Amino acid sequence: MHNFDYHRPTSLADAAKRLSGEAKLVAGGMTLIPTLKQRLAQPSSLVDLGGIAELRGIKPEGGGLTIGAMTTHAEVAHSAEVKKTIPALAVLAEGIGDPQVRNRGTIGGSISNNDPAADYPAGLVALGATVITDKRRIAADDFFKGMFETALQDGEIVTAVSFPRPDKAAYMKFPNPASRYAMVGVFVARTGGGIRVAVTGAGPGVFRATEMEKALAGNFSADAIKSVKIPAAGLNSDMHGSAEYRAHLVNVMARRAVTACS
Amino acid sequence: MPTASMTVNGKAVSGEVESRTLLVQFIRDKLGLTGTHVGCDTSQCGACVVHVNGKSVKSCTLLAVQAEGAKVTTIEGLANGGDLHPMQAAFRENHGLQCGFCTPGMVMSALDLVQQIPDPNEQQVREWLEGNICRCTGYQNIVKAIQAGAKAMRS
Amino acid sequence: MADSGIGARALRKEDHRFLTGQGHYTDDINVHGQLYAYFLRSPHAHAAIRKVDTGAASKSTGVVAVFTGADVAADKIGGLICGWTVTDRHGKPHKAPPHPILAHEKVRYVGDHVAVVIADTLTNAKDAAEKIEVDYDVLPAVVDVAKAMDAKAPQLHADTPQNLCYDWLLGDPAQVDAALAKSHHVAKLDLVNNRLIPNAMEPRAAIGEYDGGTDSYTCHSTSQNPHVLRLILCAFILGIPEHRVRVIAPDVGGGFGSKIFCYAEEVVCLWAAKKVRRPVKWTAERSESFLSDAHGRDHVTHVELGMDKDGKFTAMKVETLAAMGAYLSTFATCVPTYLYATLLAGQYTTPIISANVKAVFTNTAPVDAYRGAGRPEATYVVERIVEVAAREMKMDPAEIRRRNFVKPDQFPYQTPVALQYDSGNYAKALDDAMKLADYAGFASRKAEAAKRGKHRGIGFSAYIEACGIAPSAVVGSLGAGVGLWESAQIRFNPTGTAQVLTGSHSHGQGHETTLAQVVGDMLGLPIENITVVHGDTSQVPFGMGTYGSRSLAVGGSAAAKAADKIIAKGKKIAAHLLEASVDDITYAKGTFRVAGTDKTKSIGEIAFAAYVPHNYPKDLEPGLDETAFYDPANFTYPAGVHICEVEIDPDTGVTKIVNWAAVDDFGKVVNPMVVEGQVHGGIAQGIGQGLLEGCVYDKETGQLLTGSFMDYCMPRADDLPSFKVGMIETPCPHNPLGVKGCGEAGAIAAPPALVNAVTDALGIRHMEMPLTSERVWRTIHKMAAE
Repeated sequence: MHNFDYHRPTSLADAAKRLSGEAKLVAGGMTLIPTLKQRLAQPSSLVDLGGIAELRGIKPEGGGLTIGAMTTHAEVAHSAEVKKTIPALAVLAEGIGDPQVRNRGTIGGSISNNDPAADYPAGLVALGATVITDKRRIAADDFFKGMFETALQDGEIVTAVSFPRPDKAAYMKFPNPASRYAMVGVFVARTGGGIRVAVTGAGPGVFRATEMEKALAGNFSADAIKSVKIPAAGLNSDMHGSAEYRAHLVNVMARRAVTACS
Repeated sequence: MPTASMTVNGKAVSGEVESRTLLVQFIRDKLGLTGTHVGCDTSQCGACVVHVNGKSVKSCTLLAVQAEGAKVTTIEGLANGGDLHPMQAAFRENHGLQCGFCTPGMVMSALDLVQQIPDPNEQQVREWLEGNICRCTGYQNIVKAIQAGAKAMRS
Repeated sequence: MADSGIGARALRKEDHRFLTGQGHYTDDINVHGQLYAYFLRSPHAHAAIRKVDTGAASKSTGVVAVFTGADVAADKIGGLICGWTVTDRHGKPHKAPPHPILAHEKVRYVGDHVAVVIADTLTNAKDAAEKIEVDYDVLPAVVDVAKAMDAKAPQLHADTPQNLCYDWLLGDPAQVDAALAKSHHVAKLDLVNNRLIPNAMEPRAAIGEYDGGTDSYTCHSTSQNPHVLRLILCAFILGIPEHRVRVIAPDVGGGFGSKIFCYAEEVVCLWAAKKVRRPVKWTAERSESFLSDAHGRDHVTHVELGMDKDGKFTAMKVETLAAMGAYLSTFATCVPTYLYATLLAGQYTTPIISANVKAVFTNTAPVDAYRGAGRPEATYVVERIVEVAAREMKMDPAEIRRRNFVKPDQFPYQTPVALQYDSGNYAKALDDAMKLADYAGFASRKAEAAKRGKHRGIGFSAYIEACGIAPSAVVGSLGAGVGLWESAQIRFNPTGTAQVLTGSHSHGQGHETTLAQVVGDMLGLPIENITVVHGDTSQVPFGMGTYGSRSLAVGGSAAAKAADKIIAKGKKIAAHLLEASVDDITYAKGTFRVAGTDKTKSIGEIAFAAYVPHNYPKDLEPGLDETAFYDPANFTYPAGVHICEVEIDPDTGVTKIVNWAAVDDFGKVVNPMVVEGQVHGGIAQGIGQGLLEGCVYDKETGQLLTGSFMDYCMPRADDLPSFKVGMIETPCPHNPLGVKGCGEAGAIAAPPALVNAVTDALGIRHMEMPLTSERVWRTIHKMAAE
């Protein structure tokens, strides 16, 4: 690891001030620190959001939930509030990484990094969540751009994510056997805004399976999407799973998620 | 150079570190507590698991400066004098270790599990150990040990 | 005594320190004034080194020295050696190209050592390494064992056309062909034994020290065999006298074969320590372990098995291509020959067998012994082809095996592939395993699974292994550069406690407990009163270390011989003290007695008398300290049957192991708890090979694609079931303890059991390991399409 300056501000405003030049934010650090260890990034300073109390916590809001950016996966997984309002989100959080990763990793860090194999992006997109930053509110649909890319501008900090309460939702993940990241993860949700099927792990970034959404709108059952094929073109392909296999798994996981919804 | 100050196994410690110093390096190199091991460089093997403020974390994926002010417990902080902690004793009684390298991380991880699930079943133990790799035991006796340790801790 | 003697489930003496964080692994040790070594490794699989510029690195903060292959050559440091000479089918020795400790002129695999930076801190060493400029001329690479001999494949070494290390033959292929031609049926199969990365949890590490005052060296190393390492370092590489080198292998966190070998890093640390006159420490990062630890397996094999109309095997022919990697590791050559082809009879009476093995160089990390070493490869070939034969003959897989087993009254049994099996009861292990697995209930479980839409299958593996490779004269005649005996010394103390010094080495096996049980049982001491010492060449007699499940069969037998000597001497002392003739003294469980009387002396009293010889036999030396060297008469032959039951989800291709029954014959068992632990761990590694693990190099660039735990799939707790473990006991007839060895059995038995179960579930002939969910899904998908 190359050396850097380390700052641990206690307010959002102070954190924003520190974000200049080659500075990088660190939330849980579950991706950033391994990256630094491999010398794949060379920030001049790290701004640690761990000292900002206002970024942490789960609040019921407008029938849904607002989850602070620095809330850990373990906190989401074990939250009575989350289990009551969006149990599928608790299931998703419980399946991220391993217990030690869940004790450190955060929702804000995960979505800002936008790893194509991360779980949260599928949850945010399917539930029609809103990402709240220190500058604005961004719909999940507009937030996730491509692989490791988001709508965040330089110096912009995610402060929270706001989720509406779905009527039904479920997340099914097929983990990469080695890394345990999602090789395919499918989040299915029925909300006031309709039915959404969001897929992570399979492609270069989270995407919606719109043909499945249409089929489910008419008949919300696993059988309704059995014959809906996801095109393999453009999906990820590596030694753990070809694009064709991933495309197939999207269908299997989607059906299982729909079944788990009812 | 920044200073890292924290409480490790009940003792206040402090030392100059580079910002890039990992918590595990601080524990091993500065404090000489070599029971916490490093078995990988991708945060997966779990040989480095310690408790920070009561929760299990991978000390190879945390900067020492990030643990400023924290309460840290390592494997050296468990036994009470000559008496093994019930979880340590259960590992011995159930042959839950062979080469011993992954063992400190296993024990520290197991203790966090028991905090959350006081009476874990076999499947719960196996799933909890996702972040701890052992190459020797095939896990069977580790699972047995953790269940036995949990039982001993309940009584 | 009952709770700590032979056969007792004694808790381990070594556990307390490991459980309290007080173990001393090499990286836990720090030497005053130590510097840190960091190796710059080749990013290319095959390249000529045009120039290495270390100027900027040498001036970097904290750097004490930077060395390259040119410095090694200038100091005339020898290369790493291969300690076993295989003679090819034309009577010529294998090709042994130079293996420099720092690459000179050429790099031959990704991870090959190019330069070393020695600095005051590890981070300074790493910072400096980034400043070394290497000008490479990148060459085409070959990583695939099946392509290494192709005409267009790049040649790695001068004087090794077709990258051929040796072309070796056992048996007479023409005779076998004739027998196959006359057979009722011939089953044929092509299979790959996948390449594996050992991944002991403790990464390799070394500390080199040089003492100018005495002109002597100390090397701490994560070694499975410190004396052998010292011998190689001194006699072959550094050219320094053995009596001035001390090698210490302290607590070692697993080895599985990968820590048998002498590696470049430990040589460099020792060499550099003298050059910079400071101790030099190196600890591998896991990614370095992936690149540079010796890998295992990597075979491509064609096998044919003939049988008569009753399914009795008539002949077997095997042709194997075996990867050596880019250079020969310490024992690379013997693994696919003497540890492989000699096991191809399995548990069966196949009358003639031939094996042709071609060993080839590829642009990959060196390949050498890994848990089982040759025997898993042999077992995989035998147990897969037997399974295929059973299906083609429409015979029950248990029945075809039973029909061909060597029977209990046939021992000693001479196989057609050189070995003579000493004892066993294969049918009994099969019967017990079938009961343990509830084979009779399988059909109904399969039907029940089918109702849930799952494919259920069952697979057998009847394995045999040869452990405690010996005797020395025989292995010498086959090309071994070392003897394969073991040493032990028992130092009785005047107060009645004892130290047992062994030349074997524990890196998880529990020798501190089990050897104490052996000696304690014989000398009437509780294990608390015995300390087992190992791993330090300055303390223990020359020993051969631990591999090939040899420690108890060879090292334990040496300890038993030393205990015999203690007892024999004790009898003389007792006779004197009890005023009786030596012939009248009996000994049992720590007590010497004048036969038929109540006149006794305890062994503690005898020890005291030996060291305080005020009243002592005239012609007897004082002291009670005996050393024994034990050279076995034969290998030992553990064997057993494992049965695996799987359930496959056709939607995803995921295989779940739902039942595993193992019945093993390890001869006499000293500590059942430890033995069961060894079986569990071995099965887990075998399941790893079968289901999860596979080393993958990019076929074009030779980059290691499975270079971390993110991509190399290690078995984790939730991948595995709880195993049902049973044992039978046919004692080894030729060692004093009747023991056979248990460390590798699981890793040998498991892969074919698993593949046989999955192919049974799917109703197919064969599928290559690892049986990833995609491979399984594709097979199901293809079958559905057809």
